[in-house]
Amino acid sequence: MKKLNLLLLTLLPFVVFGQEKSPGTIQGDFNFNAQTYTEDPSINASKVDEFMLMNGYANILFNKGNFTAGIRYESYLNALQDFDSRFNGNGIPYRFAQYNVYGLDITVGNFYEQFGNGLVFRSYEEKSLGIDNAMDGVRLKYTPAKGLSLKGFVAKQRLFWEQGPGIIRGIDGELNVNDALSFDNSKTNAIVGGSFVSRFQEDNNPVYNLPENVAAYALRTTVNRGKFSFNSEYAYKFNDPAGGVTYNNYAPGNALMANLTYSERGLGIILEAHRVDNMDYRSKRGGTGKELTLNFVPAISKQHVYTLAAFYPFATQPLGELGFQGQVNYTFKKKSPLGGKYGTQLGLNYSRINGLNGGSSVLTETESHTPMFFSVIGEELYFRDFNFDIKKKISKKVKVMANYLNIIYNKDVIQGKNYGKDIHARIGIIDVNYKIKPKHTVRTEFQYLSIDDSKEYDYDQGDWVMGLVEYTFSPHWFFAFIDQYNGGYTDHDGVSHEAVHYLNISCGYSKGTNRFELGYGKKREGVFCVGGVCKNVPSSNGFTLSITSSF
Amino acid sequence: MKNFLLITALVSINFIAFSQNRTLPKVDLKTLENTIINSSEFDNDGNPIVISFWATWCKPCIKELSTIAEVYEDWQDETDVKIIAISIDDARNMSKVKPKVNSEMWEYEVYCDPNGDFKRAMGVGGVPHTFLLNSKKEIVWQHTGYKDGDEYELYEQIEALSK
Repeated sequence: MKKLNLLLLTLLPFVVFGQEKSPGTIQGDFNFNAQTYTEDPSINASKVDEFMLMNGYANILFNKGNFTAGIRYESYLNALQDFDSRFNGNGIPYRFAQYNVYGLDITVGNFYEQFGNGLVFRSYEEKSLGIDNAMDGVRLKYTPAKGLSLKGFVAKQRLFWEQGPGIIRGIDGELNVNDALSFDNSKTNAIVGGSFVSRFQEDNNPVYNLPENVAAYALRTTVNRGKFSFNSEYAYKFNDPAGGVTYNNYAPGNALMANLTYSERGLGIILEAHRVDNMDYRSKRGGTGKELTLNFVPAISKQHVYTLAAFYPFATQPLGELGFQGQVNYTFKKKSPLGGKYGTQLGLNYSRINGLNGGSSVLTETESHTPMFFSVIGEELYFRDFNFDIKKKISKKVKVMANYLNIIYNKDVIQGKNYGKDIHARIGIIDVNYKIKPKHTVRTEFQYLSIDDSKEYDYDQGDWVMGLVEYTFSPHWFFAFIDQYNGGYTDHDGVSHEAVHYLNISCGYSKGTNRFELGYGKKREGVFCVGGVCKNVPSSNGFTLSITSSF
Repeated sequence: MKNFLLITALVSINFIAFSQNRTLPKVDLKTLENTIINSSEFDNDGNPIVISFWATWCKPCIKELSTIAEVYEDWQDETDVKIIAISIDDARNMSKVKPKVNSEMWEYEVYCDPNGDFKRAMGVGGVPHTFLLNSKKEIVWQHTGYKDGDEYELYEQIEALSK
């Protein structure tokens, strides 16, 4: 009998996973970040009682044929200073099982999902920003006919180690018109889609009779013809009680976005516009900060990556804004007058965002109005950015990149300050890449941020200069040295800050998918953004260790 | 207890003995025309496939793809390799992917993963992250980050596969 048991168990994997020969695969990835914090009055950096803080997580996925299951273990002991302390702790906040059979895809447990551009629903994670608004519930996806795909879910949303109070229901449908009608040879290709999302949250307000079900819908389309592509989405949100305490304003919200692109070999052009009015939608009434956001309104400005270029980043104002963006990328061909031997790349970008006429639909907690649909002149400017970059390979060994930006930044609106004046900054960047020999490269960056010191604009923190030298030795090593220098300034509280160097050294070793990085130095206080969503990073001084791995 | 250990060992052996290389997960992606494509449709007639995760805002990614673009034709002549570039740009930058690819004159197959579904399924933490697939579309090699010269190692791996 025992032998039989043994035999059965030995065979179990074959039986359970009998349909296919393989027993399935397991994969995972791991991420660890730790930092020490030393007190440094020169940059206003504080120490922490724990001396060291850390964030870490690992994903483990099991996959076999049409079945996948996974978990994520997360550990914040305690969370790094720039993360919400509500993350502190350990656990498995993410686990799911998913399988797909005859075109029906079923997920139970946690999942991430996006409908269209995300105007009414986007559940996503951006670990570096401390965002993880995973859903927990049931999701179905189905393709009933060629060209038609449907998605639906009922779930609650993650809030650190807990869940938000709302129950969220959503459905989305997308139709590829050409596929559905078998117009395979048509020059024009069209896709239409629509989504509907609803939040249920119990009304326990003693004073007001709050709507317990709050819905939003969106309609979208994409049309491609030849070298042109057009995308648009409109979203509308019903009677979502706004305001922190009184919940007395039920003004609806809406958003409209559209972009037109033209591209051919060597040339890309984009024109984009969006209008957002009271489109903050969460799985909890009156939620604040980054918690429990249900939708995502993409920022309509270029995402800069160089340190000083990203000094004054724009973040979408979901309460209300009107924005435009245009971008041209062009490559001057090899052996042309401007292209030279290797070709030259040019990029031009302009974006401008202003407030809605008279403010958004929700004026205060009790007052609402209907702003004009389109109004630019005379409205409060939120952000303006004109920038261009040139990339050129000079010789086999040298590549150069130059970048210029001219930015007007309304800190009062974007960061909720009370400066009374905008900030006007001009930034120049030169990046030189020099290949010493194959696999050995030195890269240097020189960046300068010049603040407009005329009376019209706010002086903020004055000018900044930055230099970087990086040496890489492929495939394993890199070393970097960075200095950011600020000449000193007096802040808005009248506190004077002395000139200070933010020195930072780091080195890294990577082999295959393992990567180690050790750094030491001062970090500047600032706003760190990914994809138009930002977080504040406090200044700090100490060692950092980062390890990533996957298998 | 002894039995338990034995059984556990035997059961594990089953898994180990038959454990094999990871294959591609089946995940829906977007084409540059905004239509849906499933990753199971990736194909290169039994020749090697490179899958490279990138984003329009990721400097090392652009560097890696631009560097390989200069030699891509030679690589294809020698090894018949196909490079599939997966952009993880979200809705903010997704419309910029097609113009970017065209203005860079990249000849890769490019798809978008705007909410990170494929990225998560492949175990990608950050970009760039590059995978090499053999003739059975099994993942045989992967690499994270990009430093000038890393393309040599990638090419050696591709060559080893196509022999």
